[in-house]
Amino acid sequence: MQIHKYDTVIVGAGGAGMRAAIESTKRSRTAVLTKLYPTRSHTGAAQGGMAAALANVEEDNWEWHTFDTIKGGDYLVDQDAAEILAKEAIDSVLDLEKMGLPFNRTPQGRIDQRRFGGHSRNHGEAPVRRSCYAADRTGHMILQTLYQNCVKEGVEFFNEFYVLDLLLNEVDGVKKTAGVVAYELATGEIHVFQAKAVVFASGGNGKFFKVTSNAHTLTGDGQAAAFRRGLPLEDMEFFQFHPTGIWKMGILLTEGARGEGGILRNKDGERFMEKYAPVMKDLASRDVVSRAIYTEIREGRGCGADKDHVYLDLTHLPPEQLDAKLPDITEFARTYLGIEPYTDPVPIQPTAHYAMGGIPTNVEGEVLSDNTTPVPGLYAAGEVACVSVHGANRLGTNSLLDINVFGRRAGIAAAEYSATADFVELPENPTKFVEDEVENLRDATGNERVVEIRKALQETMDKNVMVFRTEQTLKEAVEEIGQLRKRFRNISVQDKGKRFNTDLLEALELGNLLDLAEVTAVSALARKESRGGHYREDFPNRDDVNFMRHTMAYREVGDDGTESIRLDYKPVVQTRYQPMERKY
Amino acid sequence: MGTATLEKNDSAGPVDSAENSASHLITVTLRIRRFNPEVAEESNWQDFTLQIDPKERVLDALHQIKWEMDGTLTFRRSCAHGICGSDAMRINGRNRLACKTLIKDIGPDKPITVEPIKGLTVLKDLVVDMEPFFQAYRDVMPFLVTNGNEPTRERLQSAEDRERFDDTTKCILCAACTSSCPVFWNDGQYFGPAAIVNAHRFIFDSRDEAGEQRLEILNDRDGVWRCRTTFNCTDACPRGIEVTKAIQEVKRALITRRF
Repeated sequence: MQIHKYDTVIVGAGGAGMRAAIESTKRSRTAVLTKLYPTRSHTGAAQGGMAAALANVEEDNWEWHTFDTIKGGDYLVDQDAAEILAKEAIDSVLDLEKMGLPFNRTPQGRIDQRRFGGHSRNHGEAPVRRSCYAADRTGHMILQTLYQNCVKEGVEFFNEFYVLDLLLNEVDGVKKTAGVVAYELATGEIHVFQAKAVVFASGGNGKFFKVTSNAHTLTGDGQAAAFRRGLPLEDMEFFQFHPTGIWKMGILLTEGARGEGGILRNKDGERFMEKYAPVMKDLASRDVVSRAIYTEIREGRGCGADKDHVYLDLTHLPPEQLDAKLPDITEFARTYLGIEPYTDPVPIQPTAHYAMGGIPTNVEGEVLSDNTTPVPGLYAAGEVACVSVHGANRLGTNSLLDINVFGRRAGIAAAEYSATADFVELPENPTKFVEDEVENLRDATGNERVVEIRKALQETMDKNVMVFRTEQTLKEAVEEIGQLRKRFRNISVQDKGKRFNTDLLEALELGNLLDLAEVTAVSALARKESRGGHYREDFPNRDDVNFMRHTMAYREVGDDGTESIRLDYKPVVQTRYQPMERKY
Repeated sequence: MGTATLEKNDSAGPVDSAENSASHLITVTLRIRRFNPEVAEESNWQDFTLQIDPKERVLDALHQIKWEMDGTLTFRRSCAHGICGSDAMRINGRNRLACKTLIKDIGPDKPITVEPIKGLTVLKDLVVDMEPFFQAYRDVMPFLVTNGNEPTRERLQSAEDRERFDDTTKCILCAACTSSCPVFWNDGQYFGPAAIVNAHRFIFDSRDEAGEQRLEILNDRDGVWRCRTTFNCTDACPRGIEVTKAIQEVKRALITRRF
């Protein structure tokens, strides 16, 4: 075991982690731990853009952006946070440009902007050009630019260090942050990072679904570590299904394709979104479009032999426009489907994309241990966190924005905290949990296989916890996940070595996915209403009287060691926007 | 193997969909170079034969092996669609991303060879030490350098000036180019194509003011002049970057001092 001591430790090196690291490294001795290499992070897969009311191409302002974000989130958004997001968006984009990000430009040389789902002029009048973009690889450019600036600032990275535990210790009756425990992939060694401040920026958990745009590595490691240590998870039932994933594969095809004029069509060639969202049409919010697609499929208007998908039609757009604005996604269609988007429509289906929920934080990025109390020294930002700026449904381009605005805030807050705070003594035997976990898995001789359990988990999640949910499907999911968790205790891995044991890594990741899937299904079962990404066929309406509140899920361990999930609720922060019926 | 495939296709008539989808499967052999210093000092080839839909990716085949046949098979991967740059490997003697290479496109009737990329130390199976690669990248000052006061709004840049370096912004640092370069194989001190591509991305950015410094770095004995224009890098790039052209542009800029 090795012990390292840093003022600030950042877990994760995607957009949020690196944006935090740039701030934190200037102010405190900082280490960034990532289970990948920084440039492998899934921020790089984001395509369409980053929202900011720059008003470079048409009239726009941050108040309209705030409204759209709150409405997009079906009024579960904390309005004070949304206002910060929309206001600081402008400087966030300009900061990235100054760091070198090569945005597409207007004829005047300014940052160009395009339309995106749910972003509107004057509170819903018409789509507005708010998304700042770099072709259809905006996330790639953000990830590269942030990494470049980390190199410039001399940020210290620990690559392929997998954080498995959060260390908290009680000081004068208050649980404070003491550090994290990490597993070094290259050697199998366990490292303790003692730190005054820890920032979780470890990304999402979409891999518990089968059809997903998420990377194999998005297994909710940060959420699971916090949850195991008794911290709550907020709004986990809200998961976004992006309307346009490549059929069966789930690979993302940006909403920017519709922003550039792409149209969704059913088997009759009908532009069906006109029926569901007369004003915004194909650019309605993602939950609305995904439900519309599945409604078309359920009513027999899907395409193909099994009528199980619809088309994204780009054939009416000039090839030059596709080449200039959407080069990557058109290449995906060619590579993976053998389809030429110049001439043929692309088969798509909704794909599990983004967790609106996560580790609860306030607007400074401080992690909360209940509805209001921050854990001293603990921060979170990005998809792992729930501020909540996305509420029940995130708007496209607001996640690249979120990682920059709240990554920056969390980095500054963490470094300022560690500048004045003392190190908290490490708890007794700090590596015990991780050592037991790793040794048990490596030595286990059970007859269950990771692949079987993961497959069963993904199948039950796709079947029961997707776009349409009912009490029955959710109960089935909770039941099956419970069974899978039992089977998981009986798994073994084939690789018994220390060096780059990715077999073991996958088993640890699966453990996290199982924990988080259960929280998601249990939270969804209790929310007897439909709101944003959470649609209950048995409760098809939004119920503001009973459910205008955030879910807070806690892990409880009984005296006999039995685990259960306790649900509590937290009020939504409302400032100036009264909930209205959501129409696009 | 070819016979087995044909028999399978022949036997599958217009029956239920499960059998229909099974008929899409073909038998392929992946011949993988294995290395695990915990077990043996030398690497060896190991064959795995499996049934797979030829429209699947090489990465899917590797996963099938890892998940169903041999959990010790080790490789890096993340996004699985050619964006994160984790899974560059040498497939049938050519550098490619396993997640962007479909089985049907690489002659599955013969064994498909899979090896780690060359020129970097192999740590286990298909995993190599990426540190020297990233060190070369860091050495070319891969970040925007500007002098003077920052503007309050964005810096202006014309669409033409932005287009000038568009190609080299696509780089995902997968190392497919650098590890396909014979000069790099022979001398790991050479910066390699990826580092030069990333220097190019800033040298030709109208907003940047450190072009001269980067050119001096690349004027070094381990810099651009080592390039022998074999075009391996351009062939290997999974992002379609014209790598050799970018290197030539840097060489030209060194001579003319215009960029």
